[in-house]
Amino acid sequence: MNKLALSDEILMSVDKPARYIGNEINIVRKNPQDVAIRFAMCFPDVYEIGMSHLGIQILYDMFNQREDVYCERVYSPWVDLHKILKEQNIPLFTLETQSPVKDMDFLGITIQYEMCYTNILQILDLSKIPLLANERTEEDPIVIGGGPCTYNPEPLADFFDLFYIGEGETQYDALFDLYKSMRAQGGTRQEFLRAVCKLPGIYVPSLYEVSYQEDGTIASFTPQYADVPPTILKEVQMDLTNTVYPRKPLVPYIKVTQDRVVLEIQRGCIRGCRFCQAGMIYRPTRERDVNMLKDCAREMLESSGHEEISLSSLSSSDYSQLPELINYLIGFKEKGVNISLPSLRIDAFSLDVMSKVQDIRKSSLTFAPEAGTQRLRDVINKGLTEEIILNGAGLAFAGGWQKVKLYFMLGLPTETEDDMKEIPRLADKVARRYYEIPKEQRNGKCQITISTSFFVPKPFTPFQWASMQPKEEYLRRARIVNEEMKEQLNRKSLKYNWHEADVTVLEGVFARGDRRVGQVLRKAYEKGCIFDSWSEFFDNGKWMEAFQECGVSIDFYNLRTRELDEILPWDFIDCGVTKSFLKREWQHALEEKVTPNCKMQCNGCGATKFEGGVCLEHQN
Amino acid sequence: MNIRIKFQKYGVMKFIGHLDMMRYFQKAIRRADIDIAYSEGYSPHQIMSFAAPLGVGVTSDGEYLDIEVKSSKSSKASMQSLNETMAEGITILEYRKLPDTAKTSMSLVAAADYLVYQKPGYCPLADTSTQLQAKVEAFYEGQSHIYITKQTKKREIEMDLKPLIYEMKAINLNQKQTLARIGVKNPQILAACQEETTEDTPALFLKLCTGSADNVKPELVLEAFCRFHGISYEPSGSYIHRLEVYARADDIPVKGEQERQVYADNLNHQRELCQQQGIEFPKFLALGELGIDI
Repeated sequence: MNKLALSDEILMSVDKPARYIGNEINIVRKNPQDVAIRFAMCFPDVYEIGMSHLGIQILYDMFNQREDVYCERVYSPWVDLHKILKEQNIPLFTLETQSPVKDMDFLGITIQYEMCYTNILQILDLSKIPLLANERTEEDPIVIGGGPCTYNPEPLADFFDLFYIGEGETQYDALFDLYKSMRAQGGTRQEFLRAVCKLPGIYVPSLYEVSYQEDGTIASFTPQYADVPPTILKEVQMDLTNTVYPRKPLVPYIKVTQDRVVLEIQRGCIRGCRFCQAGMIYRPTRERDVNMLKDCAREMLESSGHEEISLSSLSSSDYSQLPELINYLIGFKEKGVNISLPSLRIDAFSLDVMSKVQDIRKSSLTFAPEAGTQRLRDVINKGLTEEIILNGAGLAFAGGWQKVKLYFMLGLPTETEDDMKEIPRLADKVARRYYEIPKEQRNGKCQITISTSFFVPKPFTPFQWASMQPKEEYLRRARIVNEEMKEQLNRKSLKYNWHEADVTVLEGVFARGDRRVGQVLRKAYEKGCIFDSWSEFFDNGKWMEAFQECGVSIDFYNLRTRELDEILPWDFIDCGVTKSFLKREWQHALEEKVTPNCKMQCNGCGATKFEGGVCLEHQN
Repeated sequence: MNIRIKFQKYGVMKFIGHLDMMRYFQKAIRRADIDIAYSEGYSPHQIMSFAAPLGVGVTSDGEYLDIEVKSSKSSKASMQSLNETMAEGITILEYRKLPDTAKTSMSLVAAADYLVYQKPGYCPLADTSTQLQAKVEAFYEGQSHIYITKQTKKREIEMDLKPLIYEMKAINLNQKQTLARIGVKNPQILAACQEETTEDTPALFLKLCTGSADNVKPELVLEAFCRFHGISYEPSGSYIHRLEVYARADDIPVKGEQERQVYADNLNHQRELCQQQGIEFPKFLALGELGIDI
């Protein structure tokens, strides 16, 4: 049994010591002496969140299949341990062998949301790795970033040695082989970076130079050397069936967010909602073969002992073999296995399935209309109509459901006061549908929960040029919704939750920021900002100080409609979807024109160049 | 069919709390393909109960959980399936069938044995086990009451530990025979035992009242002991290891009038046998002894 990095005294004094001891079921054990490459895989948030992430489980499994690589894990120490590590000068360690992260060859960090950026600095800091890539030496691991936020890696450019743009399945073997051979020849860190930048999907930020115009926009973005690629095409695993998938998932001791088997049934989404980054960057939509999924499900349930399996995808209803897969999974019910079906479109089929796998009285149905009026839903290309929502809710109420959740966004481009007011009105119509059921047939009151978030424009979406709103305006819009809700007939059956706006403002800056916002990040971390996605730790005051002290204007990044010919910080990345398609979609949005989904018609987004998935299924 | 499982917990697993251990076993039982019974209703759960929660940081050689199964392989085969899927630090020691009307281990728990000793770097309880024994006698035999104040959620209560400490003595951890006699199976304690050395590693052996009505944690006794002898006490300064959990020997562990009568008759018979042979009838029975191997 490994000796732990932390003493009994420390472990007994912190919350949930199980976060730091490793030893989980299906953990991979190797002798570090036997491998050529040691890799620390990091999710920069607390253990319970990080352990729930599928991408890391896929890569952990894939890396460890190589005999010459040992991939270990590291998560953000919670604030209590953070303080102890700092005070007692204990270096951050991996869970598997409890070794210092600094001893690894690579530190890979998955970057899933903007509000984890200070936690990335925490990981580097606690690992005693210089925060700035250009201050690292041969003693330090190569720091790699991956995940959706790397589609605009620029705010983090100073802190990473390289970014892997796109899906992880494809290029890591080549990257490891290159590293191994260069190390064997005594190659330096700098030589490796110069060489690795030629691998597909690899972006080495230090090899590019950015210059700015007087108005603050980017003047040029150029490779420093002729052999450094000027654009980086995202990596994509086209065959999702004959590929790696972890059959033996790690089983944590403490309850984590995804305390279940997660089965990714497909990647990408055919719907083309204009606000949705995932719907653009994961194109083309690719399905996994149903027989592969059945095998995976069975093996993962057997090897983990989990009592629940959840299907994962952006829109499960679009998976072509869904009925067959679900029928197979229902067979596990007698072994006490629950099935969780998020992101299902509500219709007769899904309600029938859900009534078989869930407790109707406890579960709630979720609709995401995203906008209150049909006009605004057309702007964002969200195909959901009021009729579909009311019919779905009607069917659900008739089937015994009483709880409905409705998700909306405020601050979408072109939003008017009417769009806002229609949000509670739509909720009221849903409630009315419930009370149309004769009193003796229904089961008390219904519960309609409205949640709104504030829209943050993301790179590689048709809204990447759009302006955001100031914080006060977001809150004003939430108040309008709240006031209107009080006017509704069924207001006692309605509940309204809205998010804080401070975080939205920061998300906006870091989603579309350039290299110059990195210094704010560092300043904020130095001031003590950490776990910003946790409202109990988020400190907006410190963030505002950091912006001020760095002389970086939030408004420049958030309150400006970008020109269509402006060089955007992420323009050097090619995600398959072309800029001309995004421009066309931005124009269609302003004209309130709907674009059909990929299965109905090819809209020429550019993803056909990957020659697979939905692009080949329904050719016109 | 009711099954009582005995397991040990050591190493890093001591940091896994009671509720997480329950979740751990729910999943382990699925992985081992034990044919466990589920409760009725829309969200069925495994029929499983634990004997006595173990504190975080405490290791044990005598943890029990009861499960209900629809069918079962032999004890040996079931233990093998379970042990193949255990995390490092948990080992299944017994898998025994209980009578159909058996009371749960939780309702039977009456006592538990513990081994308590100081970690290196903390104020030792005594230099040798002989000296420790003398201190134990002064503390335990020498006092008719051992009053302590116990902090509960609502208030402070004064309680007398003396009647709740069933046994207290000093031992030397460097004597293999002693460790075997008190039933130590913890691999780390056994590995540290160096028979050939003359060094004496003193430890306290405690048999304490345990259960839902009266419950004494070994930490409470240790704290009182340290205070009595002017030894500085630190909560994280000692190793605590549970050895075994017991039911009262005269507590009838089955339900149903007929079954109870049969058990009571057998109990009397055993008692008479003991009397005839001049052996003292045991006051406690390890929870595992109430089941039989299948």
